[in-house]
Amino acid sequence: MPDTTVSAPLPTPSSTPTTALIHARGLTKRFGSFTAVDAVDFEVAPGESFGFLGPNGAGKTSTMRMIGCVSPVSDGELLVMGMDPARDGPRIRGRLGVVPQQDTLDTELTVRENLMIYGRYFGLGWDEIRRRADELLDFAQLTERANDQVEPLSGGMKRRLTIARALINEPNLLLLDEPTTGLDPQARHLLWDRLYRLKQRGVTLVLTTHYMDEAEQLCDRLVVMDKAKIVAEGSPRALIEQYSTREVTELRFAPGVAETLDGRLDGIGDRIEHLADRVLLYADDGEAAAVAVHDRGLRPESVLVRRSSLEDVFLRLTGRSLIE
Amino acid sequence: MSAAAPAAPSHRSPAVHVFEHRWITYRRTFRASIFSSFLSPVLFLTAMGLGLGTYVDAGDSAALGGVSYLAFLAPGLLAATCMQAAAFEATFPVMAGILWSRVFHAMAATPISVRDIAVGNLAWMTARMVLIATVFTIVIVAFGAAESPTIVLAIPAAVLTGMAFAAPIAAFSTTQSTPNKFNALFRFGILPLFLFSGTFYPIDTLPQPLQVVAWFTPLFHGVELTRALSLGTVAQDPLAAVVDVLYLSTMLVIGVVAFVRLLDKRMVPR
Repeated sequence: MPDTTVSAPLPTPSSTPTTALIHARGLTKRFGSFTAVDAVDFEVAPGESFGFLGPNGAGKTSTMRMIGCVSPVSDGELLVMGMDPARDGPRIRGRLGVVPQQDTLDTELTVRENLMIYGRYFGLGWDEIRRRADELLDFAQLTERANDQVEPLSGGMKRRLTIARALINEPNLLLLDEPTTGLDPQARHLLWDRLYRLKQRGVTLVLTTHYMDEAEQLCDRLVVMDKAKIVAEGSPRALIEQYSTREVTELRFAPGVAETLDGRLDGIGDRIEHLADRVLLYADDGEAAAVAVHDRGLRPESVLVRRSSLEDVFLRLTGRSLIE
Repeated sequence: MSAAAPAAPSHRSPAVHVFEHRWITYRRTFRASIFSSFLSPVLFLTAMGLGLGTYVDAGDSAALGGVSYLAFLAPGLLAATCMQAAAFEATFPVMAGILWSRVFHAMAATPISVRDIAVGNLAWMTARMVLIATVFTIVIVAFGAAESPTIVLAIPAAVLTGMAFAAPIAAFSTTQSTPNKFNALFRFGILPLFLFSGTFYPIDTLPQPLQVVAWFTPLFHGVELTRALSLGTVAQDPLAAVVDVLYLSTMLVIGVVAFVRLLDKRMVPR
């Protein structure tokens, strides 16, 4: 493997490229003059659940497509399962499971036929595919719909089928691009449960999301992406500890009042964020912060004390919300 | 890194599985499709060959080379039908794979390459042409409209005609984001070719300038070749048949190369 990149010290002592399932250094994707992914470094270890968290347009999908060997690397180094996507694309893809952001099911076929034909793409024999399809239909809770056409299925069912389909080749690595975007809460929880089971079985998951709760539920470790770059890396808990306080006090004032506060909240908690619709007080003791606000004679319309989340991390790192 | 479950090594080209996918989708409508493949030539040959033909044959049949209008028309329609089917197969299914069901993207995420997707789809279109041309030829023979045993070779000639259209049209389809221009293609491309390429009458009945135009239209060569094979007149002008095959083959090769390249360009943004 020719090392064409200039060696830059990695932020953390990392494993060697041969043991990491994904190794990226200085990884860059350009479309003409637009840089979608700007020299990012990351590694994913076998068995890990790794996430890319960031708003739309941060470069998450472009990164995933390079890992999935469907989009050529513009610059930098990328090894997937120790192989170079430019040279071994078909071999790597043969051992990946891919859940794309937009469904790519054949809606004219039945649920089972979709699984079967996808297995054929990997060169599997019909008998083997039949056996695996039965197991996967059960796993995806679609056994009863096996012979139904895909078109009328709900969004959640289609997503579950897409995940089942991605497992037909028993992949070493499962790539999920925004797996639950557009689903209702119930369908999302069902999907998370399925993904959690995969994680427990030791399947390596790499996912992108702009939902902080999804990242918190599923990721052992994640990187926060913003404007084509990685701005932070760590476990959800470590990131919250590093970039936020333990608790957050959310204050909502009557219209127009927030603009007149003029420093009257200063000194409460570690940090104050003024958002369009509310004020966030970052403090280790949220209740104490709420009492302090009251003591200063301020009467917000509502006060909510909650634990810090990755949303707060993102706000701190970029000054913007995840979902705009 | 463990090689827990490598995909069973396949000795076939992955393009085979692209073809297989198209077949699985198609077989749902197989019977209806075969039926309409029979019905369409039966209707055409009855109405135009027998009905209209009665009046044509009552006139000067020397213009048709001394054969009945039915025998003249049938091979022309065979080639033209392949062209029309090709135009359909190369437009909507290609757009669906890229933009609607997006199954091409599902394929590209597996060991199947974009080139395999193009080749597999072209193979499928060829299979469709073979089916349509074979059924049509059987109908021609059943109508007693075949003048020579070389009609058997009219099947590959019609398939070549169809694919000479399918490949470049498929290439065009990869460049489109809506089906709007497909309607224009059918109306201002396929329909005039159908009417003015010698399918229904010899092009030497056209005014001289239009004859030149007609000679350059690709369907003309498909019709000429298919007709010569059905009437058994290839030996009278073998050079013309060679020119027809070269013309159509050139279109096919250019179309295949363009389709593979443009599909790659569309599916792999750089």
